[in-house]
Amino acid sequence: MDISLSQVEYRYQANTPFERIAIQDVSIDIPTGTYLALIGHTGSGKSTVLQHLNALLVPTEGTVKIGEHEIKSHQKNKNLREVRQKVGIVFQFPEHQLFEETVEKDIIFGPMNFGVSEKEAKARAREALKQVGLGEEILEKSPFDLSGGQMRRVAIAGVLAMNPDVLVLDEPTAGLDPRGRNEIMEMFYTLHKKRNLSTILVTHSMEDAAKYADQIVIMQRGRVMKKGTPTEIFSSPSELVKMGLDVPEVVRFQMKLEQKLSVKLDKVYLSIEELSSAVAELLGRGVRT
Amino acid sequence: MMEKMIFGRYVPIPSVIHKMDPRSKLIIIFLFVAIIFLANNWITYALIALYTFFMLGLSKVPFRFLYGGLKPVIWLVLFTFLLQLFFTKGGNLVFDWGPIEIYEEGIRMGLFISLRFFFLILITSLLTLTTTPIEITDGLETLLTPLKKLRFPVHEMALMMSISLRFIPTLMQETDKIMKAQIARGVEFASGPIKERIKAVIPLLIPLFVSSFKRAEELAIAMEARGYRGGEGRTKYRQLSWRMIDTLQVGLLVILTILLIIFRS
Repeated sequence: MDISLSQVEYRYQANTPFERIAIQDVSIDIPTGTYLALIGHTGSGKSTVLQHLNALLVPTEGTVKIGEHEIKSHQKNKNLREVRQKVGIVFQFPEHQLFEETVEKDIIFGPMNFGVSEKEAKARAREALKQVGLGEEILEKSPFDLSGGQMRRVAIAGVLAMNPDVLVLDEPTAGLDPRGRNEIMEMFYTLHKKRNLSTILVTHSMEDAAKYADQIVIMQRGRVMKKGTPTEIFSSPSELVKMGLDVPEVVRFQMKLEQKLSVKLDKVYLSIEELSSAVAELLGRGVRT
Repeated sequence: MMEKMIFGRYVPIPSVIHKMDPRSKLIIIFLFVAIIFLANNWITYALIALYTFFMLGLSKVPFRFLYGGLKPVIWLVLFTFLLQLFFTKGGNLVFDWGPIEIYEEGIRMGLFISLRFFFLILITSLLTLTTTPIEITDGLETLLTPLKKLRFPVHEMALMMSISLRFIPTLMQETDKIMKAQIARGVEFASGPIKERIKAVIPLLIPLFVSSFKRAEELAIAMEARGYRGGEGRTKYRQLSWRMIDTLQVGLLVILTILLIIFRS
């Protein structure tokens, strides 16, 4: 499902003394199958953009197109349910949304709200649980008896069980240990490829953005500062540093190396493997200082 | 969703009323609530009205916000008016239609009592619109200090109040967040049959309760870790200062009281 935002503006508490512009002039295209990373500081408007992706917020100016649906201000926006079924959002700390007595009931809550039969929903619950790396034995447990990491996975399973076409992830790994972080990110990536999903990842982690995304959008003070492929974005690392943003470790290493050897590699490498073979080749050619 | 809750909300604009000491504002409100009962004829109600609108003018709070405060109670006011209208007997019979009888006294009482309501709401919402909750708590704590002699836990009460006030925005944010998360999972909070909507509250309330308890525990631990040992000998970060304007305002209210006593019938 294609999503496109054109010149979207959103004001919180419009027409009160508390009015505040959260985002303005935001235009982003997300064709089906794109893995897009949305990067920016806290308060840069990432989360506001994210909430437009399934019409939780309606723009105060501009248009959001989600598949066939066009969402604008000053109009009755109908059939938002359809949109919401197609776009699954994993919010920050999704474990806070758990409420049912058992894990199974919580996972089937979403699908059943969208009219999936109980039998089908239960089958999906089992599948989703497997995807997030949990065993079926916890289906009958109370979600509140689980560990933090398990709760997070159950909450994610609850979104996956809705079988969305678009997956929106708001820092899905915040607060997890490095291993859990890796597992979950890999899981989302596999799913993205297997189901040809569109994935939108809001993150602080440049490493994740460089590793998984096809497109990166950098936001600052409610505006889109930069967009492009990871290679484009990270090819001018100093610019990012000036904006107070991090660059991936690999890129930082390449920068230092180039300075030290006063050479310039042909492009920015985003994985250790690629960079090391590039460096090996360079050294093989006999460039020394 | 939470944006519409304007009742009891501080409007940050510079005005004489905003700059007043919360103690004087509280004293004035308490007195006002008492003296409004002195009014019992048109002159005295006119005085009260004059005073109320003068205060509203001084506060510079846009009318929109006052209306926001009035809206939820307007039905109550109307109901009181009708109750008085139909059930007070006395004076000439004005209107008679079967079982419905309306007397002069009924109209008078109905109008007076709903006006009293109206002014009370205006003045009290003026307090919350021009005073931050934390100022109100500070003011209350200082004003209630004498009650300590009677072993009334003034400090604890003020602490409880400021903690709950402090967490209202947090709780609202959290409500908003969980609401959105559940809407994304297909819950309809704003439409559908009433029975479904009541059921929709469960996925909202349970997570809220869970996180509130967790937060309360964390707060208690954090306070203990930072050496909190109750109010004994504790100094204040925010100092209240009583200024000329406060004296003037209390004076104005005293004058109003005297006028009311003179003109009441």
